Amino acid sequence: MSILVLAEHDNAELKPATLNTVTAAKAIGGDIHLLVVGEGCGGVADAAAKVDGVAKVLVADAPEYGHQIAENAANLIVSLADGYSHILAPHSTSGKNIMPRAAALLDLQQVSDITAVIAEDTFERPIYAGNGIATVKSGDAKKILTVRTTAFEPASGEGGSAATEQVASTGDAGLTSFLRAEVSSSERPELISAKIIVSGGRGMQSGENFAMLERVADKLGAAVGASRAAVDAGFVPNDYQVGQTGKIVAPDLYIAVGLSGAIQHLAGMKDSKVIVAINKDEEAPIFQVADYGIVGDLFDVIPALEAELSK
Amino acid sequence: MKVLVAVKRVIDPNVKVRVKADESGVETANVKMAMNPFDEIGVEEAIRMREAGTAEEVVAVSIGAQQVQETIRTALAMGADRGIHINTDADIQPLAAAKLLKAVIEKEQPQVVILGKQAVDDDAGQTGQMLAALLGWSQATFASKIALGDGEAEVTREIDGGLETIKTQLPVVVTTDLRLNEPRYASLPNIMKAKKKPIEETSPADLGVDPAPRLTLVKVVEPPKRQAGIKVETVAELVDKLKNEAKVI
Ligand SMILES: Cc1cc2nc3c(=O)[nH]c(=O)nc-3n(C[C@H](O)[C@H](O)[C@H](O)COP(=O)(O)OP(=O)(O)OC[C@H]3O[C@@H](n4cnc5c(N)ncnc54)[C@H](O)[C@@H]3O)c2cc1C
Ligand SMILES: Nc1ncnc2c1ncn2[C@@H]1O[C@H](COP(=O)(O)O)[C@@H](O)[C@H]1O
Repeated sequence: MSILVLAEHDNAELKPATLNTVTAAKAIGGDIHLLVVGEGCGGVADAAAKVDGVAKVLVADAPEYGHQIAENAANLIVSLADGYSHILAPHSTSGKNIMPRAAALLDLQQVSDITAVIAEDTFERPIYAGNGIATVKSGDAKKILTVRTTAFEPASGEGGSAATEQVASTGDAGLTSFLRAEVSSSERPELISAKIIVSGGRGMQSGENFAMLERVADKLGAAVGASRAAVDAGFVPNDYQVGQTGKIVAPDLYIAVGLSGAIQHLAGMKDSKVIVAINKDEEAPIFQVADYGIVGDLFDVIPALEAELSK
Repeated sequence: MKVLVAVKRVIDPNVKVRVKADESGVETANVKMAMNPFDEIGVEEAIRMREAGTAEEVVAVSIGAQQVQETIRTALAMGADRGIHINTDADIQPLAAAKLLKAVIEKEQPQVVILGKQAVDDDAGQTGQMLAALLGWSQATFASKIALGDGEAEVTREIDGGLETIKTQLPVVVTTDLRLNEPRYASLPNIMKAKKKPIEETSPADLGVDPAPRLTLVKVVEPPKRQAGIKVETVAELVDKLKNEAKVI
């Protein structure tokens, strides 16, 4: 059995989500090949070859792969599918965009967002915003899976020495082209791999007030997240959203500030190791999942927290 | 130009979903149902295209048992022109939904097809991409802005790193994200008017599609419960606990 794992990267760097996905592949068992689809992605391929447990790295390096256009990447995966029993990708916006397209072209029913491997054909996945954990068994000949990265430990990025092989491009499908990106740039760690996250909700009242959270985050080396309400109100960009329909995170410490803890938000953060809630409403549902809670006005508590952390 | 929107009937997202004691699924009896929120956004976007004069007709399609006609009626009350009901009691998984929608689309020939990025029941997030693949069309997922041009569309997408804008050929399959628009409520007169709008009925057999499920649901269990912790009085106490008890900072 051979397993193909689609690497997550931005042409410059191999993203940690790849390492968690490799662990999911290890749980299935078999030879693991990492596929790097990109443009000018030689550095990523080098990093991929060092990942522990990877037997081979396949590299498709071509202009049509520079922006992970789903039509092009899916065609490439289809061209490689023959040799593999399982094809995995992280359940990132890139994996979510590409994998179902490849699955349909192969006439396979994908299993999305798996959180555990029970058997080679049986997987656990959350449904209804994590209100249920479903066990599903696939009857398809080949399995296409996206992986909830927070549910699997990262494989080591060192110690491997896989051979690298170039694979031929399947060309530009000519359907979609990239125009521009507005990427949030920040010196802070990325949300999905941060050890500590400070998240704000509607209670923050404005984008300017998020500066308070950023100062606390910087003291802790943390990333900053948000609820949907904070994003919808324009306080912070869309990529800050944590939840059922945003990012799924599970840091060591999640500090929830001025957010109520709606089920859709909890779906994205309730697997955090330690949760702190700061909310002026002692009935807020977030306290039901918090290890430590402070009932109080965030405009008093957050400056005090910043001061305490500066001591 | 015609716009086709897929609308799925799901448990109302405000309802607390309960797992059945026999682990066979979640409780759906006497539970409030609603249109999948991402599909409301899709219907709204389609209606706005018609209001802007870029689209002439909006067709709402739903797959499921008789009750999904209520969801189609909701779309009609928001402003869709007519409905198509693909009537089936089968468990429809995303690949089957995509095949059924493809068959309808081949008859209807829309230029723009809008689905939700995710149905909030199965949380699969697959159908739109699968549909685009089967049709051989371009896809624009997680859309927060759609600008239709001549034979093409510019779509801004919500991605993990921020926003990305792509140019796609028409016809295109778009999936909606939360910031695309804020769906309207249907007014009472429009709810009345919707009762007279046509809903055409068809079936997987009529469409020549075998919708048999590929995945078997073995069981559904409740997620592990998190214990509520303690309230602390002061920030100093909180920081002390985080350092010395939880040891996370
Ligand atoms: C289809 C769908 C998908 C969704 N996806 C997501 C998702 O991915 N992520 C997500 O987060 N939500 C999501 N939601 C929205 C979710 O249901 C809630 O509406 C949202 O999470 C609420 O955000 P909030 O907690 O910031 O706001 P609110 O619920 O309004 O809570 C604000 C909180 O701040 C507190 N507060 C106010 N002022 C202060 C103060 N001065 N000091 C201290 N506390 C204060 C209040 O007591 C209150 O508890 C989704 C909803 C739907 C329908
Ligand atoms: N049974 C259905 N009827 C109508 N539309 C559907 C159905 N199943 C899926 N869809 C569409 O596909 C989208 C994504 O669903 P899913 O892939 O299940 O997350 C939904 O938001 C709908 O637009």
